Amino acid sequence: MTGSLNVIGYGIAALGPGIGVGLVFAAYIQATARQPESAGLTRTYMFMGFAVVEALALLGLVLAFALS
Amino acid sequence: MITQPGFLASEFPPGVDVFDYKSLIPSLEDSMWGGAFTKLSLLVWMAVAIVIIFFLVTYRNPTLVPTKKQWLAESVYGVVRNNIATDIIGPQGVRFAPYLATIFCFVFVTNLWSIVPFAQISPNSHLAFPVVLAVLTWFVYIGLGIKKHGVLGYLKHSTVQPGVPWWVHPILVPIEFLSNLILRPITLAVRLFANMFAGHMILLVFTLGGVALWNAGPLLLKPAAFGSWAFAIVMTLFELFILSLQAYVFTLLSATYFQSSIADEH
Repeated sequence: MTGSLNVIGYGIAALGPGIGVGLVFAAYIQATARQPESAGLTRTYMFMGFAVVEALALLGLVLAFALS
Repeated sequence: MITQPGFLASEFPPGVDVFDYKSLIPSLEDSMWGGAFTKLSLLVWMAVAIVIIFFLVTYRNPTLVPTKKQWLAESVYGVVRNNIATDIIGPQGVRFAPYLATIFCFVFVTNLWSIVPFAQISPNSHLAFPVVLAVLTWFVYIGLGIKKHGVLGYLKHSTVQPGVPWWVHPILVPIEFLSNLILRPITLAVRLFANMFAGHMILLVFTLGGVALWNAGPLLLKPAAFGSWAFAIVMTLFELFILSLQAYVFTLLSATYFQSSIADEH
């Protein structure tokens, strides 16, 4: 069997951001369900939180290529 | 078909070298200017030209009742000004709206090249291009902070959190310094770069994977190639979503950084 161990490493590294992105969107949906009129207000913060959390997964992706 | 060697499939799986482009002027290939005029720099120049010409043409004869083109240009600028600049920075954010709108349009158009037929690659999938944009934002928000608070004042403003027990400061100040002044441009650049890089990679995997399946021996695998190509189309639409989101996020985070620089003492 051949391949790069980096792929497994990236798979593990994507776990945390995966959970994080899920939490961000879950919180947004919950906030909107509880108070529909706040949807526009919190959308900006949802994207901001999503972007910050997603950066972790992307750093892992870049490092998986960079360290090969 | 079975005996035909798969010339494209030999490049499967695609590696990092698919992002390397040769110079468009062959005589420059081996000189130090070899990387200066590739397909990527051509796409950047075209993106700049498109953005400039679009706004010049749509706003040449502004009318009170906007035409379709004028409406488009006004809504692009309006979204950036109202939903990003004013919402994040506050009433004084209007003065950053031109910068943010330029960043948004430039990132959006350069990102859009990744799904335009025959271009099919975004210049932002090379780290150099997002780094320039991120460093620009970095200079602007540090300059704003220094202008507002002074050098030492801004250093204190961005590293020392109020209302924290004194013994936490030795740990917190280095972390805040790193994350606020060093890592911000890096994550800003890497986020855009990695999204475009991964997007191009995914499209390559599905299109070249289809070719590899078609060229593979067993006849049973050939229908799977069409599945792979169909998924490449789905992924192209997904890429359209991702690239607009990244242009938006880049602008949004730039605005957030400006806001943190010009905020009053907390």
